[in-house]
Amino acid sequence: MDVFLDAIRQAFGLLLTGDAYLWSIIFRSLQVSGLAVALGLLAGIPLGTWLGLARFPGRGFAVALVNTGLALPPVVVGLFVYIMLSRQGPLGGLGWLYTPSAMIAAQFVLAAPYVAAITLAAVQSVLRLQARALGASRWQALMLHLREARLSLMAAVAAGFGAVISEVGAVMMVGGNVHGETRVITTAIVLETRRGRFATAMALGLILLAIAFAANAFITRVQQAGPRRRPLTS
Amino acid sequence: MRRPLALALSISISISISISSCYPRPREIVLASTTSTEDSGLFEYLLPAFGRAHPEYRIRVIAVGSGEALRLAARGDADVVLAHSPRAEEEFMTAGHGESRTPVMQNDFVLVGPAENGSGACDFSSAASALAGIAESGATFISRGDDSGTHARERELWAAVDVEPGGERYLEAGQGMGAVLMMASEKRAYTLSDRGTYLSLRDRLQLEVLVEGDPRLLNQYSVIVVHGASNAPGARTFADWITSAAAQELIGRYGVQQFGMRLFTPNAAVGQRARSEF
Repeated sequence: MDVFLDAIRQAFGLLLTGDAYLWSIIFRSLQVSGLAVALGLLAGIPLGTWLGLARFPGRGFAVALVNTGLALPPVVVGLFVYIMLSRQGPLGGLGWLYTPSAMIAAQFVLAAPYVAAITLAAVQSVLRLQARALGASRWQALMLHLREARLSLMAAVAAGFGAVISEVGAVMMVGGNVHGETRVITTAIVLETRRGRFATAMALGLILLAIAFAANAFITRVQQAGPRRRPLTS
Repeated sequence: MRRPLALALSISISISISISSCYPRPREIVLASTTSTEDSGLFEYLLPAFGRAHPEYRIRVIAVGSGEALRLAARGDADVVLAHSPRAEEEFMTAGHGESRTPVMQNDFVLVGPAENGSGACDFSSAASALAGIAESGATFISRGDDSGTHARERELWAAVDVEPGGERYLEAGQGMGAVLMMASEKRAYTLSDRGTYLSLRDRLQLEVLVEGDPRLLNQYSVIVVHGASNAPGARTFADWITSAAAQELIGRYGVQQFGMRLFTPNAAVGQRARSEF
């Protein structure tokens, strides 16, 4: 138990003294996962909208794929992105492997389904309610509901961000955990624990917990606010 | 609906209880070892033979860097250690964490690098001159950066040429030997590897051996029985077995068929003579 308490005490010390190694890792994590989720929004909203509106053979399968995307195993995504980006792979010419770009690409693949699935759900609720019966065009109704869905979209962003920032498999494989370059919170925790530097690992763990907590507190608030708002606004 | 489930559950529980009472489970030996013994495929080849010789034990391998292997053994999280970091091992023994330490086998480190634009600028006649050349030419070098035995040796080599490695061209990967070799191959960089891991991955790498045979590159593996191990009899049995004539012969044969050369040279006999002189 002493080991544990010692690690926590030293961890706070490291965080408060602004240890450069620590904060550079935290910054890299926020940068990689933040950009991945932002790109996920750019791709996920159109994809979800299209899937909700389009009618084509195999649409059911495509929807199931997006929903499966919510549970994509990070190591499998890591493997896929690694092969794509390796020198013999189709995108090897980019020279992205073992750089933050590769990590963003992998986390983008993990984050986009969150956004797409939530958008899809919002679009489908539009079609189900047939707002057009009230005189709105299909496009107007869609915009209305996407605006209404913005809270759930924000929750999707929080959920996606919480998921990618805490995954270790994909970023370890495609980033390589290079000091000062592709070392992020999760890969650093693996390495520092292996090296027996528990305080550093614990400090990073506390930051990760705080981020996950903030994301989940936000989601909970959105979910509780949702049903209460409905009767007031309609 | 509930009842069949409960029935199935109770049946499976009673079966598993009766199985475990009929056949005493083999006692587990936790072996902390270097990534090189795992990555080179030696354990996969060697450990089944231990299982046949001693079915009463089951080995659980924790493949980590030598530094970490010794650290987790010092914490009591392993019964026996196979390491290749002589200085760290001596410190471990001096601190009283080890009950016995016996040499097992030897292999060597090799300095590897890109096949195409290799030898131009650098002098690859010795490890020291090669490292000095790499530092001077600004070529990329990938370090294990994980306090492993290979990392320790690499730092000793840098110290020998009086170079403090760093900068943008010196990447600390913080990963195992296999991952670092893959990274070096992808980035057309240089790295220090144990020969076994390099040979076992050679087909997938675009890396060639640039320096070998330098006495500074010799790599000695030793087995350490951890003092106060939770499975002390198992740990002693394993240490005795891996230094026995039978296991040593197996080690000496490993890799001959696949790579055309042995990956490890068994040398426990030398160590046992040394031990018996005390």
